[in-house]
Amino acid sequence: MSATILFSTTARVLRQLTHDRRTIVMVIALPLVLLTLVYYLFQNSPGTFDRIGLVMLCVFPFVLMFLITSIAMLRERTSGTLERLLTTPLHKLDLLFGYGIAFGLLAAVQAAAATALAYWAFDMHTAGSPGLVIVIAVADAILGMALGLFFSAFAASEFQAVQFMPLVAFPQVFLCGLFVARDQMAGWLHALSTVMPLTYAVQGLQEVGGHPDPTGLMWRDLCVVVGAAVLALGLAAATLRRRTG
Amino acid sequence: MASAVEVQDLVVIRGKKTVLHGISTAVPEGRVTGLLGPSGSGKTTLMRAIVGVQRVHSGRVGVLGHPAGASALRHQVGYVTQAPSIYADLTVRENARYFASLYPGVTHRDADQAIRDVGLAEAADQLVRTLSGGQHSRASLACALLGNPRLLILDEPTVGQDPVLRDELWQRFHALAAAGTTLVVSSHVMDEARRCDRLVLIREGRVVADDTPDAVRASAGTDDLENAFLRLIRQRNEVAA
Repeated sequence: MSATILFSTTARVLRQLTHDRRTIVMVIALPLVLLTLVYYLFQNSPGTFDRIGLVMLCVFPFVLMFLITSIAMLRERTSGTLERLLTTPLHKLDLLFGYGIAFGLLAAVQAAAATALAYWAFDMHTAGSPGLVIVIAVADAILGMALGLFFSAFAASEFQAVQFMPLVAFPQVFLCGLFVARDQMAGWLHALSTVMPLTYAVQGLQEVGGHPDPTGLMWRDLCVVVGAAVLALGLAAATLRRRTG
Repeated sequence: MASAVEVQDLVVIRGKKTVLHGISTAVPEGRVTGLLGPSGSGKTTLMRAIVGVQRVHSGRVGVLGHPAGASALRHQVGYVTQAPSIYADLTVRENARYFASLYPGVTHRDADQAIRDVGLAEAADQLVRTLSGGQHSRASLACALLGNPRLLILDEPTVGQDPVLRDELWQRFHALAAAGTTLVVSSHVMDEARRCDRLVLIREGRVVADDTPDAVRASAGTDDLENAFLRLIRQRNEVAA
């Protein structure tokens, strides 16, 4: 790996984004719009937004980053730029981490905006610090991004790539404890939720919601989310083959 | 003369189809070698094998003293695919500067120079997706010229270029060769064959001719290269039959 190539790749991905202002606006604004919708949905049931809004703060960036990165990586593959890059001194990890840093920055802005809206406009209450909420939301966005990079390898077209989103994201959203508490799930569903990384992001946020100080469980959850993201990036690197048929 | 590329008994199978049936050839250093043949003859597959991105079934491809695709070659081989593989949502200059950053010692100034070299100075700050087809592939070529590769593999670089530009590009190829770069240029236009120092004609995954343009003309007994290739193919078919 080379620091120069890593940073120029990060800069290149960010520059591509700056030529696509509408995408940036959508990435930042979309979670705000959806969060607003959720707020008014539960306006008449006190305390519900504190619970659901909080979880939403990590679900939106996860889903959105998954989609954006899987399409971005698919474009690299189908346009031939990936094949070309792999004939240059660029290391696979320069490319993957370049995407990781660039989209991670975007995710940080997105998470900060959504968190600010939830606390200030919608008066969300958590026992713990909003800073920790942002940290977990960004870690979760990076996880979504890493999974997107990995799953894009299995999509031959944009039509397929967008369908990986419901396939990968929806079951995790269903089973993360948002709709039904995990201890009330059937045994096999509970077992499934245990191997799904989004579960840990949600649990980490719930820990921040319920405890004034960061708990051991929260740190463990954060480590699981980051670990899963690193694992997914490693798997994604394995799918970048220099030689193809 | 030393060879920059040596291909021995190369067999490539894609899916169930054998694309290259045991090709052997050598590309001389510091020359422009033309890879000619009809569409679907295996030119691109052979080029991909030389660059080291093609999975091969058997045979050997050596490039500048290394096996094709070796990591030591990534500083020394430039490759332009048929589909211009650069970022459509960046400007020409941003593309060139990004590819420049991948090679140690290549600066922004080199990137700007490469853009001028392919005649795109006027369009340097235009988004690539707004370029014409010919400009698009020249932008791609500019990115391959960065890093001063010892071997340049160009897949149909002159397609869609107007005659004046095509002439300029060929002059540039020869200037590069004179400076020591080895070029492999594919084309399906026989008209371009006469501009090469050496020709490799491929048809249906087999080498039909592999010589200088003059020697190809002489062995076929005609001054016209197009006719020469037709005769050579017919002779081959008769021998096979």
